[in-house]
Amino acid sequence: MKKYTYTEKKDTRSGFGVGLHEAAKLNPDIVALTADLKGSLKMDAFEKDFPERFFQIGIAEANMIGIAAGMTIGGKIPFTGTFANFSTGRVYDQIRQSVAYSYKNVKICASHAGLTLGEDGATHQILEDIGLMKMLPGMVVINPCDYNQTKAATMAIAEYEGPVYLRFGRPSIPVFTDPDQVFEIGKAWMVNEGTDVTIIATGHMVWKAIEAGEQLAELGIDAEIINIHTIKPLDEEAILKSVQKTGCVVTCEEHNKFGGLGESVARLLSTELPSPQEFVAVNDSFGESGTPDQLMTKYGLDTINIVEAVQKVIKRKK
Amino acid sequence: MKHTINELEDIVSQVRRDIVRMVHGCQSGHPGGSLGCAEFLTALYFETMNHSPEFKMDGVGEDLFFLSNGHISPVFYSVLARSGYFEVSELATFRKLNSRVQGHPTTHEGLPGIRIASGSLGQGMSVAIGAALTKKLNKDHSLVFSLHGDGELQEGQNWEAIMFAPHNKVDNLISTIDYNGQQIDGPTEKVLSLESLEAKFTAFGWHVITSSGNNMEEIVKSLEYAKSLTGKGRPILNLMSTQMGYGVDYMVGSHKWHGTAPNDEQLASALNQNKETLGDY
Repeated sequence: MKKYTYTEKKDTRSGFGVGLHEAAKLNPDIVALTADLKGSLKMDAFEKDFPERFFQIGIAEANMIGIAAGMTIGGKIPFTGTFANFSTGRVYDQIRQSVAYSYKNVKICASHAGLTLGEDGATHQILEDIGLMKMLPGMVVINPCDYNQTKAATMAIAEYEGPVYLRFGRPSIPVFTDPDQVFEIGKAWMVNEGTDVTIIATGHMVWKAIEAGEQLAELGIDAEIINIHTIKPLDEEAILKSVQKTGCVVTCEEHNKFGGLGESVARLLSTELPSPQEFVAVNDSFGESGTPDQLMTKYGLDTINIVEAVQKVIKRKK
Repeated sequence: MKHTINELEDIVSQVRRDIVRMVHGCQSGHPGGSLGCAEFLTALYFETMNHSPEFKMDGVGEDLFFLSNGHISPVFYSVLARSGYFEVSELATFRKLNSRVQGHPTTHEGLPGIRIASGSLGQGMSVAIGAALTKKLNKDHSLVFSLHGDGELQEGQNWEAIMFAPHNKVDNLISTIDYNGQQIDGPTEKVLSLESLEAKFTAFGWHVITSSGNNMEEIVKSLEYAKSLTGKGRPILNLMSTQMGYGVDYMVGSHKWHGTAPNDEQLASALNQNKETLGDY
């Protein structure tokens, strides 16, 4: 098992804030919009340095998505920022018609995704957003795994022409990816090469997959770990190549098991390479109040859940 | 003026023929609101707006128009075609398979003149505000126009946009309400009362003007007046009274023709009431 270490923990939303600021320095067409959550989305530096390109919309997410779509006409590249719940479910039809169907160059940037938003509870913890967004034709869906990757992803989507959903979170988690990485949309990252099982993880679950890989190594199981940061378009080649070798797969995501990364992988494998698969995901449930760690444990998204899923899926191999 | 009122009225007559023929041709679509807005759209594209049928999505240096109530697509398509955005013969493909002239306007098939999809109601004012903000950032002094149904104002997103535009001094925007008092299920006052739109928009901080949308001379003057009010710190709201189905006697003023196509006999009657001026497609 390749050794991963970290010296600090940071929130992925701060990676977004820094990435947005960096991208804005490079491209004067980038504009930022928020629905009364500039602090939570770490957009303060952008507002301070580019006040004329910053738009406070107020608590009106539908209007924000529509304004963003309109701003592309004339060449601006709008980044909208609010919580994941208000970035997707609340404004699905606005995104569908004014952004996706109209194919506008809007970057929908969503913080506080999943259970790890914590104490605010289920009204704010969306676990359906990946599914909602990946079903929209032409929508790119990205869920980076740490501060550095989120920063790099933010800068990469600024260069990409077309609608993007970028999903990140609130809690401080280990920073373990390369600070100078080049983010390639749709390209899987090989975290660890192995032979016995393929663990495919996205977002906050990638670090847990690494922890699981270390524990599995002690049990004599050689896990291949792949980070799928881009859920759509899916790096099908990387997944098929890995599962061809290992013969089974565990998918890990902070999302409902319905509609998420796991289902995308299952769809691919069912047609191309039928293989045993286990899902580490929320079991068709809403969340609740609690600390992020408590919630990840209660809803089965911990390191131990990945280890157990791997043991189970390996037994299912013929 | 680029055209005389008589010339504009001749164009409107042809637009009305196009509308009823398109809707008849596929036996679906929305003739009522389309007919009621024929003068307005004709005035915009043939007189008021500075625009080029050499369509460029970004529309830099041009006035832009956004149709929020996308179901009145027949009038929009007719006016775009008659302005030279695409061949008028393409109107015959309205609502048919493999057509760019979709039931509701869309960028998806690449029809020139369309800058956003609309149909799901209530979204166009936000989009128009966004385009207006970009014009300001680009130091582009041309204007943004939008059209909305009165019933459409029952959608809540409008009121988010209506609150936003004056607060942010979006004064390069002229939004028009097609105030015909009708929606699919009946008169707006029965379905969900709008109360005084003039008072509401004024209270939200808009500069409100009223106009008569089925009088060509008046709507041209009203739009010129609206243009003179831009750049003064407030968005402009043109509360335009129209009659649904105007120009076809058996359709006038009734919500029953919101989304119903005429039969052969009714088509002949409608065409008799609107002379062919520019040549049918």
